[in-house]
Amino acid sequence: MGAMAVEKPEENAYLNCIRCGLCLAVCPTYREYLKETVSPRGRVALARKGLDGELALSPNLVEQMYNCFACMACNELCPVGIRPAELVLSMRHVAEQIAPSKFKTALFGGLIPFAGRMELATLPLRLYEGFGIRRLVYWLGLQRLLPAYFRDLEAMLPRLPQRPLRQSLPRVTPATGETRYRVGFFLGCAQNVLFADESRSTVRVLARNGCQVTTPPDIQCCGMPARGYGRMDLVKGQARHNIAVFERLAVDVIVTDCATCGSTLKEYGALLAGEPEWAERAAAFSRKVRDVSEFLGEIPLEKPQGQMAARVTYHDPCHLRRGQQVWKQPRSLLKLIDGLELVELPESNWCCGSAGSQLITHPQTSRKVMDRKMANLAGTGASVVASGCPGCQMQLQAGIRRHGLKVRVVHPVTLLDEAYEAANEH
Amino acid sequence: MNTKTIQPLIQIAGKNHVLTSPEDLAVYSYDGTFAECTPELVVLPGSTDEVSQIIAWAAKARVPVITRGMGSGLAAGSIPLVPGGLVLSLTRMNRILEIDTGNAAARAEAGVVTSDLQAAVEAVGLFYPPDPSSIRHSTLGGNIACNAGGPRCLKYGVTGDYVLGLTVVLADGRILKTGGKPIKDVTGYDLNGLFTGSEGTLGVITEALLRLTAKPSAARTALAEFASLTDASRTVNAILRAGIVPATLELMDQTAITCIEEAMHLGLATDVEALLLIETDGAESATVERDLEAAARICQANGARSVKVAKDETERANLWKARRSISPALARQAPNKLGEDITVPREAIPEVVGRLRAISAKYGLPIVIFGHAGDGNLHPNILFDKRQAAQWEKVEQMVAEIFDASLAVGGTLSGEHGVGRLKRPYLVKALGPLSIEVQRAIKQALDPLNILNPGKMFPEDSPA
Repeated sequence: MGAMAVEKPEENAYLNCIRCGLCLAVCPTYREYLKETVSPRGRVALARKGLDGELALSPNLVEQMYNCFACMACNELCPVGIRPAELVLSMRHVAEQIAPSKFKTALFGGLIPFAGRMELATLPLRLYEGFGIRRLVYWLGLQRLLPAYFRDLEAMLPRLPQRPLRQSLPRVTPATGETRYRVGFFLGCAQNVLFADESRSTVRVLARNGCQVTTPPDIQCCGMPARGYGRMDLVKGQARHNIAVFERLAVDVIVTDCATCGSTLKEYGALLAGEPEWAERAAAFSRKVRDVSEFLGEIPLEKPQGQMAARVTYHDPCHLRRGQQVWKQPRSLLKLIDGLELVELPESNWCCGSAGSQLITHPQTSRKVMDRKMANLAGTGASVVASGCPGCQMQLQAGIRRHGLKVRVVHPVTLLDEAYEAANEH
Repeated sequence: MNTKTIQPLIQIAGKNHVLTSPEDLAVYSYDGTFAECTPELVVLPGSTDEVSQIIAWAAKARVPVITRGMGSGLAAGSIPLVPGGLVLSLTRMNRILEIDTGNAAARAEAGVVTSDLQAAVEAVGLFYPPDPSSIRHSTLGGNIACNAGGPRCLKYGVTGDYVLGLTVVLADGRILKTGGKPIKDVTGYDLNGLFTGSEGTLGVITEALLRLTAKPSAARTALAEFASLTDASRTVNAILRAGIVPATLELMDQTAITCIEEAMHLGLATDVEALLLIETDGAESATVERDLEAAARICQANGARSVKVAKDETERANLWKARRSISPALARQAPNKLGEDITVPREAIPEVVGRLRAISAKYGLPIVIFGHAGDGNLHPNILFDKRQAAQWEKVEQMVAEIFDASLAVGGTLSGEHGVGRLKRPYLVKALGPLSIEVQRAIKQALDPLNILNPGKMFPEDSPA
């Protein structure tokens, strides 16, 4: 340990656990493995013992902090206000401070925050799609030759855009008709390179409803990946950068169509509360942040005239439902569409298993959790599942292919956009 | 324990289900209490057959076996008494094996989460009534081994009332099957009753055959305020004497009302001495309605200051809010709480509440009192801060006095949580030496090597 004091979670974050065990009931990893070690209560106990010195901060102890999906179901339920999913993130930070891993500095400090570098890094994926290689692979059935792990990763990829959205979306998209709101659009990394068409829909829907949408191309990653890997220091840097970018825009609200970005941006205020120069600015920034469905629910919205005959269900992203308490709004948007039959997905707020990069780092657990989601999805008989989170969407997509279901995965706002477009065609 | 010693266990249960890392052992060192004691290894078997082989191994190796489910117990009954031993976690044994609608019975493994069984039988119109408040985070095996109760047990009875048969692995590894689907059975001793509530000291319950009933289709709820606790207590008696058996008859005393109100701001009147939450249920909504109205009239006749009857589901949820808020409210009032579950003859409730308040005043730490008034089961919760050593010392003395108070009015130490490790010091006082001698003889007969949860349920000076 260096001379620098290690930043640790506050005592109250773990000492007050009364060990009732209520959290075991709602923990996706516990319910799959039925082992205390992978339960919220277990992780809190390990954190306490690790911090008290009763146990060493061994690789195995740290791994227990990493196998949490951070779905926050335990945070919401705990009767005494312990937030186990928060505590594991703090513990990852503790571990990183004591034994930093260089690759994380490169990945979360050097690559992910910078849109340009991410776009370059994902170029091979776009070529794979763009040159028709992917179609060829599927036509020949070559994807079946991949080991299961890579097959799932391949299946996760949406239909990739030709170009990252950032390169084609105008900096300012004018409102259709009178400008009633000045909206800053936070275009998240995954939306930019993987789900460009969806965010294009988002901007169209906003413009159609009186928003002048400014999309600054020079933002950095919201910070969630770095946070998930214990690099709180990097998150703070990214937060300061993004706050400054949006301050220059003078917008009324900051909208994002990524559940994860939204939940992180809303936490900037708390994250920088201890920095006198930034506290006020960060709080002001976070107050302006809205998920797109949340914002559309606050303004008078044009009722789409188009019809859409489909049975649709909705999966609650953890970062939206628990991270932002947004769950009614996306459903309301869907109900606005004539002909669309909205059916509730059983356990709609149970984690899908995507959990950031868990699908890569903990594929087995991720798949088990996903299987539960797929069983529920199949039961609804829906042909479309809507969910406003790129991570969930990729996971759902992979699960659907794995289980041989015929269900389309889509952002709820994209459906709204399609309903508007359907009316135009008539 | 070295790898070679545990090799047979790995053969039996599989490598992933035999845990020895310091991290794994640390999280199996506790249950739902403050107590901690680290085992030497943890095994998570997948079947009765595996359990049988594990116990046979343990008997041969003379290794104590401490059986547990989800570890929500409130008596430190499912952690080792002294460091070491084998913790046997049955959580992986979570299959519901049969739901027999014709005979209204279900067969399930010990590791099934109680609320999962409830959901499964309710899906076919049946009902498993026991409802410990840990229903979502406790298992059938644990419920049976502790004979768990719950708010509904005034009308429906406790877990043991639903046990038709058990599969039990005995201390030498043999597999005993007790009972069966017949509701009446006096062929031999009541072995179901013997193993129910035995806290893992007589055998390992791996499977249960449970009695089910019809799912009640209607429920009505009322909340009554009483200026005097004695009136509330008298009301409870009057309701039951009138032949009305509510599904729940929950009591919150002034300490609980104040605690809830201070933490949650629900608008409860804090100048009343007691709240009674009354719920009737059944198959016929007219009957359920009539019973509730009759109960409400009895409340008024016995001095209730006000009686609110829920008109719909929303109002019902609102009335339950106070009761449901107790746990979070307690948590907000103090860093730690210690909850007991003394049970007294119904009529002695005012007397014992008075004594509890005197204990609280004497030591200067709050005791919040609520409970299941219909069966005299009270949950006095001491609020404190464990980090202050002086407070912890007081708490220990208060617990002893709480038990004395219960015994003094003809009550018992525990209605639902069991003896485990925590109530051992008070056992002789509660039961007398002869009862303990009889129980020790039973233990000796079934577990002569004393390897099953050794030391639990018996007084400290006892060899068993």
